[in-house]
Amino acid sequence: MTSITVEASQLTRIYGGREAVSDVSFTLKKGEVLGFLGPNGAGKSTTMKMLTGNLAPSSGAVKICGIDMMDNPREAKALIGYLPESPPLYREFTVDEFLTIAARLHRVSRSHIKKAVQVAKERCGLTEMGKRLIENLSKGYQQRVGIAQAIIHNPMVVILDEPTVGLDPIQIRDIRALIKELGGEHSVILSTHILPEVEMICDHVQIIHKGQLVFNGAIDVLKQQRHSNRLLVGFSHPPAAEALLLIPGVQQVETLASGLLRITHTEGANPTEALMHAAVSNGWGLHQINPDQTSMEEVFVQLTFQDQAA
Amino acid sequence: MILNIARKELKSLFVSPMGWIILALLQLVFGAYFFQGVDQYFQVMSGVMRPEERMGVTEFVGKNIFSIASFVMLFAVPLLSMRLISEERRAQTLTFLFSAPLSLLEIVLGKFLGLVAFLSILILLIAGMMFSLNLWAEIDFGYIIANLLGLWLLVASFSALGLYVSSLTQQPVVAAIITFVALFGLLLLDHFLAGDPGSLITHFSLMRHFEPFSRGLLDTQDFVYFLLFIITFLILTVRRLDADRLRG
Repeated sequence: MTSITVEASQLTRIYGGREAVSDVSFTLKKGEVLGFLGPNGAGKSTTMKMLTGNLAPSSGAVKICGIDMMDNPREAKALIGYLPESPPLYREFTVDEFLTIAARLHRVSRSHIKKAVQVAKERCGLTEMGKRLIENLSKGYQQRVGIAQAIIHNPMVVILDEPTVGLDPIQIRDIRALIKELGGEHSVILSTHILPEVEMICDHVQIIHKGQLVFNGAIDVLKQQRHSNRLLVGFSHPPAAEALLLIPGVQQVETLASGLLRITHTEGANPTEALMHAAVSNGWGLHQINPDQTSMEEVFVQLTFQDQAA
Repeated sequence: MILNIARKELKSLFVSPMGWIILALLQLVFGAYFFQGVDQYFQVMSGVMRPEERMGVTEFVGKNIFSIASFVMLFAVPLLSMRLISEERRAQTLTFLFSAPLSLLEIVLGKFLGLVAFLSILILLIAGMMFSLNLWAEIDFGYIIANLLGLWLLVASFSALGLYVSSLTQQPVVAAIITFVALFGLLLLDHFLAGDPGSLITHFSLMRHFEPFSRGLLDTQDFVYFLLFIITFLILTVRRLDADRLRG
């Protein structure tokens, strides 16, 4: 078998003449975690609905492990676990009852249902909640039940739409660990608008903006974009910009509102050492120097902004 | 798979007091009518002189119960069917079913069967009461079975219509009202068109097709009518749900 688990080709969805998602194509391999990023209303959820067969694409195709979602929806859906934006929970049932129903509907064989429910509860930290009514659980626990229902049948592909919304920081950490763990044997697609989350748990990132894929690549590529050729320097007695420009490698000096100086240097020639020497010998009172990393947010804004300008 | 969904529907009726209360109240009504029927049988029959006016206890009591049962179901079914899909739509749990490896037909049939199974409990209770007459009297089993079958088909038709209406809206109450009005209209078509008995429209009346059953008559025409009625609304429901997927 091929190791490609999800293959989306030229997915397009038109809502009332407006393209909510246009021409989105990507593939996902087994064991990868794919992060779906994008501002609100960018088409993340729409794409996910199409991947899970909840929405028919206007054009394009989805293949799950080589099975076409349009032609064989049942076989394809059996390979997917899906947590939509709002967790689909029958509030009148207890956690155990609900997970049992989920297991049955996902064709877990009769003899394995009990075990599957047990394992799913353990993985999502719900072991003590089995007898509680879903209605009475807090939002965070409901979210966990939602994740448990998505992984109960041990699917090849787990699709999570904003899985960490409404959780407290400790729960978020647990869920992230769980997603990383899932990434080992399953493929995971998750959408979020929390950027550090993507940085922490995803191997691949896609940024979607106004229905279009503006970035698709490994997380390392995105991280590299952050390493800039800028330094942030703080002096107690800042010298004139001209004096700094004399130091080899320095291209540009800019004074920030905080009193720090942003020094842009030529690519590859890092003037940090020279700067320190100069600072010491001239008594500028250097108290801070560090590389000025662009945050993920900035990369994100750049990418989505470029698209707007184009 | 269909059975799993039916099981889930049945379970959700019984985890809330709703299912139990409806069962208890309806059984109270049917029990009261049954009791009254048995009680009055001797009084009425002893007053009847001419032999052609005499009737058996089965028919006397049965008539009472089956006519009230069909009338009561007219209110009970919309209340039970209203939540089937509209509630899931509102709570956004339909996604759960759509994402599971199920076809739409399985989902619809499962929901339909779940409701019909619940209503069958009521019908079985009525059957139990009627057959208990056999302890004291010789009863007409054919008459009772025809009536039970008719009632069952009638209730299943109500459910199919209720299920369809429930798929049209997000508000369970709206679904209940529309279902009730539609059923009421279909039941009374006969009544409205009493002056024009040959009219084609009267053939659509549910009552007209239920009535032979209540006389103990099994006619394939009526069977076919009920079956077509059920199939039509189930297919309409599937199509409505499919439109969700296509239109979003």
